[in-house]
Amino acid sequence: MSGISKSFAGVQALKNVDLEIVAGEVHCILGQNGAGKSTLIKTLAGAHAPDAGTIEWNGEEVTLHSPQAAIELGIATMYQELDVVDGLTIAENIFLGHELSVGGFLRAGEANSRTRRLLERLGHGDLSPSREVGTLSAANQQIVSMARALSHDTRLIIMDEPSAVLDGEEVKNLFRVVRELTADGIAVVYITHRLEEIREIGDRITVLKDGRSTANGLDVSETPTSELIRRMTGREVENVFPPATPVADDAPLALEVDGLSLDGVFHDVGFTVRAGEIVGLAGLVGSGRSEILETIYGARRATSGTVRANGRELRRGSVRDAVRAGIGLSPEERKSQGLLLDEPIFRNVTLSSFTRFARGGFVDERRERRIAAEQIDALELRPADPDRPARTLSGGNQQKILLARWLVNRTSVLLLDEPTRGVDVGARAEIYALIRRLAANGDAVVVVSSEIEEVLGLADTVLVVGDGRILTTVKSDQIDEHQVLDLVMKGTAA
Amino acid sequence: MSESQPQTIAPAEPGPAAPQPEPRRRFTAKSLLSGSVGRNLGLILALAALFVVGAITAGDRFTNIDNILVIIRLASIIGVISIGMTFVIIGGGIDLSVGSVMGLASVVATLSAIQAAAENSTWLVMVFTALAVGLAAGFLNGFVIAYGKVVAFMATLAMLVAARGLAEILANRTTQVVRIPEFIEFMNMDLLGIDMLIWIFVIVAVAGWILLNRTTFGRRTVAIGGNREAARLAGLAVRRHTMYLYALAGLTAGIAAVMILGRTTAGTSTHGTLYELDAIAAVVVGGTLLVGGRGTITGTVFGVLIFATLTNVFTQNNLSTSVQAVAKGVIIVIAVLLQQRFAGQGSKSH
Repeated sequence: MSGISKSFAGVQALKNVDLEIVAGEVHCILGQNGAGKSTLIKTLAGAHAPDAGTIEWNGEEVTLHSPQAAIELGIATMYQELDVVDGLTIAENIFLGHELSVGGFLRAGEANSRTRRLLERLGHGDLSPSREVGTLSAANQQIVSMARALSHDTRLIIMDEPSAVLDGEEVKNLFRVVRELTADGIAVVYITHRLEEIREIGDRITVLKDGRSTANGLDVSETPTSELIRRMTGREVENVFPPATPVADDAPLALEVDGLSLDGVFHDVGFTVRAGEIVGLAGLVGSGRSEILETIYGARRATSGTVRANGRELRRGSVRDAVRAGIGLSPEERKSQGLLLDEPIFRNVTLSSFTRFARGGFVDERRERRIAAEQIDALELRPADPDRPARTLSGGNQQKILLARWLVNRTSVLLLDEPTRGVDVGARAEIYALIRRLAANGDAVVVVSSEIEEVLGLADTVLVVGDGRILTTVKSDQIDEHQVLDLVMKGTAA
Repeated sequence: MSESQPQTIAPAEPGPAAPQPEPRRRFTAKSLLSGSVGRNLGLILALAALFVVGAITAGDRFTNIDNILVIIRLASIIGVISIGMTFVIIGGGIDLSVGSVMGLASVVATLSAIQAAAENSTWLVMVFTALAVGLAAGFLNGFVIAYGKVVAFMATLAMLVAARGLAEILANRTTQVVRIPEFIEFMNMDLLGIDMLIWIFVIVAVAGWILLNRTTFGRRTVAIGGNREAARLAGLAVRRHTMYLYALAGLTAGIAAVMILGRTTAGTSTHGTLYELDAIAAVVVGGTLLVGGRGTITGTVFGVLIFATLTNVFTQNNLSTSVQAVAKGVIIVIAVLLQQRFAGQGSKSH
C-alpha cells in the first residue's frame, strides 16, 4: 500500500500512509486510539475505499471495492469486535457466506470435517465443529474467527487487537498459531497497543499517529521502546491544552469518594476533588474507569462505600439524588446515553432542568429557548440554532450540548467520560478550553479518557486505574505518558 | 478560540435585564411542511379522500350533518382510549389491556352494590367507580412494567386476560342494566346540538394535547420514549413516569367505560373487546412511532376519524364488515410503510 488517504465527513483519518508487507512476516501496526489503525486495516480489507493512493498485491495494482474482493485475493480480516454469530455452530460460522452445498442443500458433513482440520491446524482439535459458538469463551470464539479467515485460500491475515480479549495463557497459544502461519508463508498484520507483544511476536513495525505513518517497516529487534513511544505519541500537540489555574489548598471539597466498590468491577476506590480541581482517571479499556464514574453518579448501585457531594452523602444507586446534589455526568456513549437525537438542541440542553423552568407543570419553551441560546453563545455551539435536532450536529457540538445541560442545571461536580471521543482535533482544543474554564469557575471535574495524553494534559491530579483499583495518585506534572503505561501494565499483570 | 468570546461560562440563571434576541421561528414552506400541518397532511388527504368516496357512493345520506355527527360519535369511545394509548406508545411502551379494563370498569360500576350506593347519593358514584377501576388497573400495569421490569407487551397481555376473566366472574356472565335514570339522561344529553359522547372525546383530546405539548409530563414522556437511558442519566424519574403513563391509559379506559355505559345503558364483560387493537391502529396510522419518542395527539384524532369514516362509508353502502376489516388492514400497512419512509429520512443511521 502506498500513499493511502481517507477522510470521513471532512475529517481526515488517514494522510498519505504507506504500508509494505512481506510474505511470512508479522507486521505490527502501532498507534494510539484515533491514530487511524482501524481505518487503515478496513481499507486493506476492502471495507473502505481509499480517497487516494494505491494498493499493490503481488506486484499488481488492485482495487478492493468490497470485502469480498479482498477475500478472493487472499486477504482475511479478524475484526476487533468478534464477528461470529452466537446461535450458529462453529462449522456454520466458518462457512458463513460461502457455504458448502449441492443444489441448495448444505453439505454439513463435509463442512464439519473441514472445520475439524482447520481447528486442528490451530491447535484446537478438541473443539467440536457442531458446538454452538455462543457457548464458547471469548478466546475460543477468536479461534473460530481465525479458522474462518483460514477457510479461504488466505495469504494475509489482519488481526485487529486480537489479544484484547485474551488472558496470558491464551495469548501464548495465539502467538504459537501466528508463528505456524508465518512459517507457512502467510503474512500477518498484527494491530495492538501493547508494546511487549510487539517485542515478542513482531518482525517489523509501522507506527501511525494522527493518521500519518511516523515510521515505516522498522525492524523490531533494532528499535528501542523509547523511540516507538516517541513516534506514537509525538509532542507537537502539547499546546492544545490550556494552562491550568492553580487550585488553592484550602478550596472546599466538592466530591469525596470513600471505599467505593462494585462487586467484580472495582474495589475500594477513594479520592477527593476540590472545587476548581480537575482529576483525571487514566487506565486501559476494561480497567473500570467508566464504571467508577457511573457508580459515583448512581447509575450503578455501589456494593459498598460512600460518595459525598458538597458535603452531603448521596443515596446509593440514585441518579436523581446525585443530580440534586449538583453532580452531572457526560456519558461515554454520547448518542445512546446522552442525547435525544431527534429532539431540538434546546430540549436536550434543558433535559435535566425543564421542570425548574416550568410554571405549575406547564413547560416554558420560550424561556428554555432563551437559556439554550445563551449557552450556545457561551460555548460557541454550532449551528447556533436552538431548534436544530441534536442528530445533525458534529460530535464536538453534541458534547457541548451535554456540557450546556449541566451548566444550566447549576452543576458543581462534572463527571466527563471520554469527552472528546469522536470529536475532531480542532474541536478538541475547544472542549479542553471549556473544561478548563469550568474548573476556573469553581467546578470540580473528573475526566475519564482512554487517551493518556488527554488525561495528563487536562488534569491537575491523575489517578492511574488498573484492574479495578487505584494504583497511584499523582500530580499530573510529575508523571509522563510512558510512566502511566508502565504502571498500568505492571498493575494489570500483578 | 477567539478572544472576543465571553471568558466566563454564562451562569445558569440569566439576569432579567439581559436582552437576548428572541430566537424566532421562521415560517418557510419547509418549516410549514415539517410543522403540524405538513406532518398531518397525509392524514387530512386520506380523510378527504374517504369523504369524497362517501359522498359519491352514498350521496346525501353520507354528507348530511347528522351522519357526520354519527361518525364522530362512533369514533368517540375508541378515540378516548387512543389518547391514552398515544402517551403509552410515545413513552416507548404498549398497552394491550385497555379494552378489557374498560369492560371490567363497566361491570364494576354497574354492580348492584355500586348502583344502590349511587341511587342513595348521586350517579357520579358510578362514574368515579369506573374511573377508579381503570386507574387502578393502569397503576398495576405500570408498577409491574416499571418496577418489576416485565416487558410491557407481556404485562398488559396478562392484564387483558385477567381483567376480562374478573369481569366475567363479577358479572356472572350477565348483562347488568343501569338503573340510574339521571346517569343515562346526562350521558345522552345534547349540548349545542352535539352529543355528550362527542363532548367527552373533544375534552379528552384537548386535555391530552395540552398535556403532551405544554406540560412537563409530556416532555418527560417524549424524553423517555426517545432515549430511556439518556433520560435516566439526565436525572429523570424514568420508572415512576413509566408507571404514570400506564395509569393514564387505564384512566382513559375508565372514561371509555363511562361512555359505553351511557350509550348502551348496560355493563357487561364483553364491552371493549378488541378495542386495544383499534386504538393501537389509530395511534400508528396517526403517525406515532411504535418505538416511541415521537407522536402527536392530532395525528391520533385523525387516525380514529379515518377508521370511523371508513366504517360509516362501508355501512352506508351496505358492505359487509368482513370487507371493511380487509380495508382496515390495508390502510394500517400503508400507514406504517409511509411512516418508515419518513422515519428513515430523519435518522439515516438506523
